[in-house]
Amino acid sequence: MIGINDFLTLITALLIAWSCSLLGCFLVLRKVVMVGDAISHSVLPGIVIAYLVSSNFNSGFILIGAAVFGVFTTFIIDFLHKKLKLQEDASIGITFTWLFALGVILIALFTDGNADLDQDCVLFGELGITFLDKIIIDGRLYGTRSMWMILPVFILVLLFVVFGFKGLQIISFHEEFAQSKGINVSFWHYVFMALVSITTVMSFESVGAILVVGLLVIPPATAYLLNDKLIPMLWISCLFSSIACVTGYYASIYFDVSVSSMIIVVAGCFFLLAILYSKLSRKKMEIIDEKAF
Amino acid sequence: MMEVLTYFFTDPIAQKVILGVAVIGGISGVVGTFSFLRKKTLIADAISHSVLPGVCIGFMFAGTKDPLSLMIGALVIGWFSVWSIDYISRATKLSEDTAIALVSTLFFAKGSVLLSIISKSQNAEQSGLKNFLFGKAATMTSVDIQVFIIASLVILSLVILFFKPFQLLCFNSEFAKTIGIKTKRIEFLLSSLTVLTVAIGIQAVGVVLMSALLIAPAASARYWTNKLPLMLVIAAIFGIISGILGVVFSTVKDNMPTGPWIVFSLFLFTLITLIFAPQKGWLSIRKRTKTNSRKIGEENILKTMYQLKEQGLEIVSFRDFLEKRAMDTSILYLFFKKLVKSGFLIENENHFSLTKIGETEAARIIRSHRLWELYLTKRMNFKDDHIHGTAETIEHLITPEIEKELLKELDFPTSDPHNKDIPY
Repeated sequence: MIGINDFLTLITALLIAWSCSLLGCFLVLRKVVMVGDAISHSVLPGIVIAYLVSSNFNSGFILIGAAVFGVFTTFIIDFLHKKLKLQEDASIGITFTWLFALGVILIALFTDGNADLDQDCVLFGELGITFLDKIIIDGRLYGTRSMWMILPVFILVLLFVVFGFKGLQIISFHEEFAQSKGINVSFWHYVFMALVSITTVMSFESVGAILVVGLLVIPPATAYLLNDKLIPMLWISCLFSSIACVTGYYASIYFDVSVSSMIIVVAGCFFLLAILYSKLSRKKMEIIDEKAF
Repeated sequence: MMEVLTYFFTDPIAQKVILGVAVIGGISGVVGTFSFLRKKTLIADAISHSVLPGVCIGFMFAGTKDPLSLMIGALVIGWFSVWSIDYISRATKLSEDTAIALVSTLFFAKGSVLLSIISKSQNAEQSGLKNFLFGKAATMTSVDIQVFIIASLVILSLVILFFKPFQLLCFNSEFAKTIGIKTKRIEFLLSSLTVLTVAIGIQAVGVVLMSALLIAPAASARYWTNKLPLMLVIAAIFGIISGILGVVFSTVKDNMPTGPWIVFSLFLFTLITLIFAPQKGWLSIRKRTKTNSRKIGEENILKTMYQLKEQGLEIVSFRDFLEKRAMDTSILYLFFKKLVKSGFLIENENHFSLTKIGETEAARIIRSHRLWELYLTKRMNFKDDHIHGTAETIEHLITPEIEKELLKELDFPTSDPHNKDIPY
């Protein structure tokens, strides 16, 4: 039985999950998942600053703050790694921890225990209560605020993937080749990372900093194990994240636990099954190979 | 300022916090150095995320917040996360960074599910479990600190005991294998030490920031020395100082979390190091590049002056020079001024000629160039139209010792492959 609140929560969850799954496929293929992980943490100071400037979550400030800090993170990582010759893993680790720490310090210094912005919501988000913030005009229900925040992001991601498909494909599979064809790889890289940070920020309130990474990486990784062609991978990834959202949502109600965490746990179960499947099918292939000889 | 300092070193609660944080900072520096050298620092991030479910499971088994059972839970699950990352990146086509991100977020999600189950059970003990998420440096108890100190001593003695194999594993694991060291076991030990460190450190700075404690001191120390023992000591000192600074900074306002300030001071240390460190720092690399390019520029001018002299032109105007070697005029002017100042050239109404020492120096560069060309054709079988480029670079690098070797090797030749004289 689907109630109106379930429906609204699920729509929000699905929009977040689809945006993340689409972008995540390219993160996985380009092997820059940890940069995405870093961005999801280091947009925190951007959010806090935008929040302090505009004193609410609705304004375009947050989008701009997020995009700026996302690109800034990517830039610092590259700067530490390439200019200051620090090894890459350390560059990533130092950058995101520092920016996250900066965000927490800003929260503690300036928000005075404001309930809208605390560490709990930063880490976990509260998908389960997003339906409380309904938009009702003239007695008619027009969805929830979270839903209207993530919808434009989803459309943006979708447009980017559809219209930038050729470019994304070529930089995901063969960066050097793209460069030699005169494609501006670093432009695509930064635009892509800006989009990752916008998505992260818009899903922040609902699923939190750590779990949004789960949606960015687990469904695409699952899809990649099952199929390594790009277009099927995108579809499979969206399909798995949708199933994970619906199953996770009802499971969380059943066990009475946090919704977003449960969605990730369900997605993780799918991932385990995918590993099992890819192992088995490889064994089968080996048996066929042996028989052929 | 003095009052603040005396407060910190006399107040018993403040002393306790500082002691705890210093122990954690120091031991993270030591263990982090090994992770850093093996380029495995991001695994620490996954471990720290998986400590959350570990602690929850430990709590569920023990039913109390007994530090020992929490730590055992953290150890077991932390180790399981290391194994999962290893397995995923080994057995599937997913890359290691995908595996790390996947495992850390998945384990964290499990932890948060467990946490919400625990918080619904009516156990009054559960209130402090969230401290593992954000750290609780300010409320550490004497028991906590005793546990930290004992664990740190265990870690430290293991590091000293297994120093040689650890060192080999970091710098040359292939070699370690060939001389019969069981690298799998040593890796297991090292991962366990990392997990243990994370399990205690996380209580000071929390899940997200723990990896900074492991990475930053080690990364900074690497820029100050090449020797592992010294590096361990420096990393430990950085960790300790940042910990203490973090505690001091965090007192600027009530209810201020300590962890972020520790990370903040760590970052300052790292930044200062990356910019100012001798030899590897940004400034000294820049300075070296500058000195080198100046040296190369000056040497090229002296060389050109010598070549002009060989053609019979001893007193050279700017115009003559530029016809031989195209250069930016303003830079050329600066270089000429400098060379005159250091006594290699003399100037006479905008005309320049080589002095005695200028000529010796120029001859040395030309000699290096031509000797190298000769070496390439005679010993390396290069065609004589392929040799000028590399000789142009290497002439600035050949030391008197190498020159002597070349002379001996080529039996003191008198002309180069293009039939030009080699000056002595």
